[in-house]
Amino acid sequence: MNKQSRFILAVLAFGYAFLYIPLVSVVVYSFNDSKLATVWGGFSTRWYGELFRNDQVLDAAFLSLRIAATSATFATILGTMAGLVLVRFGRFKGRTLFSGMITSPLVMPEVITGLSLLLFFVSLHGLIGWPGQRGFSTITIAHTTFSMAFVAVIIQSRLAAMDESLEEAAMDLGGHPLRVVFDITLPLIAPAMVAGWLLAFTLSLDDLVIASFVSGPGSSTLPMYIFSKVKLGVTPDINALASLFILIVVVGLIVAWMAMRKTQTR
Amino acid sequence: MPQRTDKTWRRVTIAIPYLWLFVFFLLPFAIILKISLADPIVAQPPFTPIFDAQGRLSVTLDNFLFLLTDKLYAFTYLKSVFLAGAATVLCLMLGFPMAYGIARAQPAVRSLLLLLIVLPFWISFLLRVYAWMGLLNNYGAINNALMWLGLIDQPVQMMYTDFAIFIGLTYSYLPFMVLPLYATLERMDLDLIEAAQDLGASRTRAFWDVTWPLARAGVIAGCLLVFIPAMGEYVIPYLLGGPESLLIGRVLFDEFFVNRDWPLAASVAIVLLLLLVVPIVMLQRSQTGEAETAA
Repeated sequence: MNKQSRFILAVLAFGYAFLYIPLVSVVVYSFNDSKLATVWGGFSTRWYGELFRNDQVLDAAFLSLRIAATSATFATILGTMAGLVLVRFGRFKGRTLFSGMITSPLVMPEVITGLSLLLFFVSLHGLIGWPGQRGFSTITIAHTTFSMAFVAVIIQSRLAAMDESLEEAAMDLGGHPLRVVFDITLPLIAPAMVAGWLLAFTLSLDDLVIASFVSGPGSSTLPMYIFSKVKLGVTPDINALASLFILIVVVGLIVAWMAMRKTQTR
Repeated sequence: MPQRTDKTWRRVTIAIPYLWLFVFFLLPFAIILKISLADPIVAQPPFTPIFDAQGRLSVTLDNFLFLLTDKLYAFTYLKSVFLAGAATVLCLMLGFPMAYGIARAQPAVRSLLLLLIVLPFWISFLLRVYAWMGLLNNYGAINNALMWLGLIDQPVQMMYTDFAIFIGLTYSYLPFMVLPLYATLERMDLDLIEAAQDLGASRTRAFWDVTWPLARAGVIAGCLLVFIPAMGEYVIPYLLGGPESLLIGRVLFDEFFVNRDWPLAASVAIVLLLLLVVPIVMLQRSQTGEAETAA
């Protein structure tokens, strides 16, 4: 082994340790019996029990899941349409503005997106009286808007890599364009749509900043609840909540990874 | 007839996402711009209307003049640029060798290593930042370990400092650096480096003259993907930084929710956006260039 690869190995080891030590430490401390989150007081699972008896956590989690599922569904529909338009529709009036509006949400700082949408909802309320109460609907609209951009990018790259000849053949055989889309194009890009939906779902579950701007009193998403608690410092029940998150993600990814390897080797 | 339905269908498919983005993305921007030109007043909503009672246009640049002349704001913008820039440099120094190592690993190991880079993305960002609160604490794991090793005999204050923000930014955005770098390094032709070395170039020379220029697209994309979100970051300075660690994202939030000065908050957002216009355009250029060379 030469000097160069030793250096690379050392950086790799350090990098992965840097990425994973914080996560491991949260999981370890979630089993800490002590109320003081930084002093070890013996092994216990009591914080997990308290988590499931905490109505605030459960309500916030339920609201977050509802918003994530709804906004991911809208984002997938709108993002798929946008991706189709950008790859398959050629030139049309206003195309430059359209592709600009699709890519901008990807790079916009969250504070700007959040502030602009809140000011928009406030002005809209002044004009037409809606939305009277900010909460589920306004957060869902905000999440749909930024995650549809991510879905569009995924769909775009899938469509660009795909052979157009199947669709052309179906058209030549007299298929109605709408039928061609539903019978040929959509089944072919279905995996990309599933990936887009999952990404949109995760983005929505993860968002704190935009939701804090566009939600009203009384509707807290799970990240908003967590933030209000961790502002005051480290607490053992949030350690338990974080560990549950990590567990779900790790198990989900291992399953997905194994399924992928299986299809690859077949 | 089919020709007509064809056209209608095409129009509808364009119109639906177009209208959605126009209403929920472009209009909000017009409104933020409008409010940044208003005066704050004590009313509901707390800013002056763009047309006054006589129907005359009433706009003011006072908010922007204030931002330009106020020392605190200039300092905050500079500090945001500095901290986001420092985190970008550290991400690059750490991310480049990591991406290089991953790209050169055996295929089976490589997919595992990549999975481990992507995995943190799926865990809540907020909870990952929170994890550092436990580590950087005065009685946290890092201080405990250093004291146990006998390197220090009193806890070092790390939480609520700029150092903590710097670590938090680097940690959160490191995967954004590694992934685009990996994508370019993986495609690179290794024979070129070998050829350079066969022709007598030293390892260092081969790296700077061959590897680095070929990896440039990935370096640019990675740096911008770290720098742009780090500039507007709110959660990290709030949780890890101290009360005087003012970064622009947090100042905007406080100006709006604590001081209730909507016009000033809107102006802070506009100036942040102006600062980011150049990097954002650069990023979009590099992405489209990338797509063209790949195609």
